[in-house]
Amino acid sequence: MTDMTASGASAPVRKHATSLLAQDARTKRRNAAETRFKIYGLIAVGIGLTFLAVLLSSIVYNGVRGFQQTFVTLEVELLAAKLDKKGERNIDDIKKVSTFGYAPLIDTAMQNAVAKIGYDSPFEKAKEYRPLLSASVPAQVRNYVIANPDMIGETVEFRVLAASRVDGYLKGRVTRDSIARDKNIDAAHLDITDALHDEGVLKKTFNWDFVTGADASESRAEQAGIGVSMIGSFFMMLVVLGLSLPIGVAASIYLEEFAPQNRFTDLIEVNISNLAAVPSIVFGILGLAMFIQFAHLPQSAPLVGGLVLTLMTLPTIIISTRASLKAVPPSIRDAALGVGASKMQTVFHHVLPLAAPGILTGTIIGLAQALGETAPLLLIGMVGFIASNYPEGLVDGFVSPNSAMPAQIFEWAKRADPAYYERAWAGIIILLLFLVTMNAIAIILRRRFERRW
Amino acid sequence: MSFAKLTASTLAIAAVSATAAVAQSRDNVQVAGSSTVLPYASIVAEAFGENFDFPTPVVESGGSSAGLKRFCEGVGENTIDVANASRKIREKEIKACAEAGVTDIIEVRIGYDGIVFASQFDGPAYTTFTQSDIFNALAPKVMVGGELVDNPHSQWADFNPDLPAEDILAFIPGTKHGTREVFEEKVIAAGCEATGAFEAMMAAGMSEDDAEDACLEVRTDGRSVDIDGDYTETLARIDANANGIGVFGLAFYENNTDKLKVATMAGVAPSTETIASGEYPVSRPLFFYIKKAHIGVIPGLKEYAEFFISDEIAGGDGPLAQYGLVSDPELSATQEAVANEKTM
Repeated sequence: MTDMTASGASAPVRKHATSLLAQDARTKRRNAAETRFKIYGLIAVGIGLTFLAVLLSSIVYNGVRGFQQTFVTLEVELLAAKLDKKGERNIDDIKKVSTFGYAPLIDTAMQNAVAKIGYDSPFEKAKEYRPLLSASVPAQVRNYVIANPDMIGETVEFRVLAASRVDGYLKGRVTRDSIARDKNIDAAHLDITDALHDEGVLKKTFNWDFVTGADASESRAEQAGIGVSMIGSFFMMLVVLGLSLPIGVAASIYLEEFAPQNRFTDLIEVNISNLAAVPSIVFGILGLAMFIQFAHLPQSAPLVGGLVLTLMTLPTIIISTRASLKAVPPSIRDAALGVGASKMQTVFHHVLPLAAPGILTGTIIGLAQALGETAPLLLIGMVGFIASNYPEGLVDGFVSPNSAMPAQIFEWAKRADPAYYERAWAGIIILLLFLVTMNAIAIILRRRFERRW
Repeated sequence: MSFAKLTASTLAIAAVSATAAVAQSRDNVQVAGSSTVLPYASIVAEAFGENFDFPTPVVESGGSSAGLKRFCEGVGENTIDVANASRKIREKEIKACAEAGVTDIIEVRIGYDGIVFASQFDGPAYTTFTQSDIFNALAPKVMVGGELVDNPHSQWADFNPDLPAEDILAFIPGTKHGTREVFEEKVIAAGCEATGAFEAMMAAGMSEDDAEDACLEVRTDGRSVDIDGDYTETLARIDANANGIGVFGLAFYENNTDKLKVATMAGVAPSTETIASGEYPVSRPLFFYIKKAHIGVIPGLKEYAEFFISDEIAGGDGPLAQYGLVSDPELSATQEAVANEKTM
């Protein structure tokens, strides 16, 4: 009452009559602060987007060339005199001719190919054409001959890899200036390359072998592919999924639905949260000590890699599972218990199905994280390893030495030949595609199945 | 529930594969060790897999010391068969091997590798060095006016007017690399003797052993940087520092001639020819070591070793020489030793 009279009395005393349309100084300041904050926010978003754009464009710019490869169409005469001296077409005799025995045939074939397009070559010896082609060609021809011994004596057309420097020349990585000091290839070779390219004998095409192939040694970058390490990553993810999903879900259901609230369970909870923040290299050294030195599991095996990554992924899965179990409203549980369901029936028939989308989302995010992890693999011998053998069968896939995609990229980035650098970038594109796909699946699952109360 | 079934079956698969891992016998050769030998070993492994019915050997890197340590863990299928090394095996390592039951070791020298000093191609004119120059630039104590003093040099021109007036900055291999040992012995220690620092240390009352050790030291004020990673890392540092020089293997330099220029050492340019003839002073032999107990147990092991040092592979025209290995003039003696399984 007194307030009212006081304010009523003071109202006419106000010195400056203000309009809603005219802002006073304080309002102006407040509005200006808000505008400034919005601008700061926009700048922050802009910087983030710029970094993302720079990152993506540099990855695509550097990596896209890795998916293309130069191939040469070559007609090789499979001389019987060289490949099967006895002429009995005995497979054991044919196998005795090593790839070094095939190399001269390839050289001659290359010489003929250059002569065929009518190019006036400065080279006289067939051997001088060798730098144009990959060192993998003799092996390719030899494998063909061993598979088709009847073709000896015929002339067969092969699609073979060009050498990495020839490939680099067509892609612009190798220039005439840069080869001036290179002992592996001459300017004359590049002239021939140009001539063959004009005639269509030498073509740059999309290279599926990069996606499916095995890693190669340093002398033939053109042959290397990421396929084998992709299989390694796949088997690791199987182990991670097979172990961390059931263990993680079981642990969180117990902790969330059954465990009594006491100091011990509190301690476990705190520890799980802490584990999620442990640097991944720590899990690597734990894996080295436990799985390799103590349990004597094989080095460099996807099984061990998967076990280590399981340790890393478990906290992520437990935390997300608990969060999605918590999100199921208590009324669902109460209703189930009310019609006479046991605690276990309540959880498995009602709560878990409703929480499943959240659990799967968490699991996929955890797997994506594990897929891109390199640090723990350093310690268990999956880095610095040449992944050249495809696994033979299911068990072999788990236990025989293999690499993983991020480890393979790291390995390529270390190698001397600049052609491998390009392949490392291309490998990053493939890895990113996997991660984007997995995250997209997680988002779709969440959007499609998640229920809100 | 199908979910429970799925869970149970995945667990079962994991358990079965884990036990199978222990029971399975190994049919491929396993190699580990020096990162300098790795490219050669992988070239050989690849060609071996192509030409023989054996599976492609598994090659890992990790450094000479790490490889020999794993080599000496014992005999059996879960240990490696071959260790690559960019230096000779040490007495201490032979002893450790013997304690673990690895007694019969076959030593195979595959060829020689040169160590070169290279800098940015468009950088300052680092074109000629002697061991004394490197010692004067990088040792903690050097001779100035006949006295042994703490290294006062900050520019190359400070001690040799023929060198560019640029700040001293060198990227040298870290101590876990076999290359470091060669660098210390053939460059720093040689420079130590040539400049008279060694005699001055002896005259100052040091024992011969202490003086020899002191001669191998490298200054720690940031002008000499240890690189623990690979040559790619050294190359990246050189790219970023125009005045830096780096220590590389000859093969690495030859694959990056568009970015690097090489300096002569004591007037000799590094090349496969000068290294083979012994004119170029900074080179080292490369080795691999085989467990004799594994020959006949691991299929393809002896064939792999013989293939590695065959004329077609390790000879002057072979793919290893193509990549940068300096082939061994005494290759036929090595071939014979491997054929007879001659142990150390």
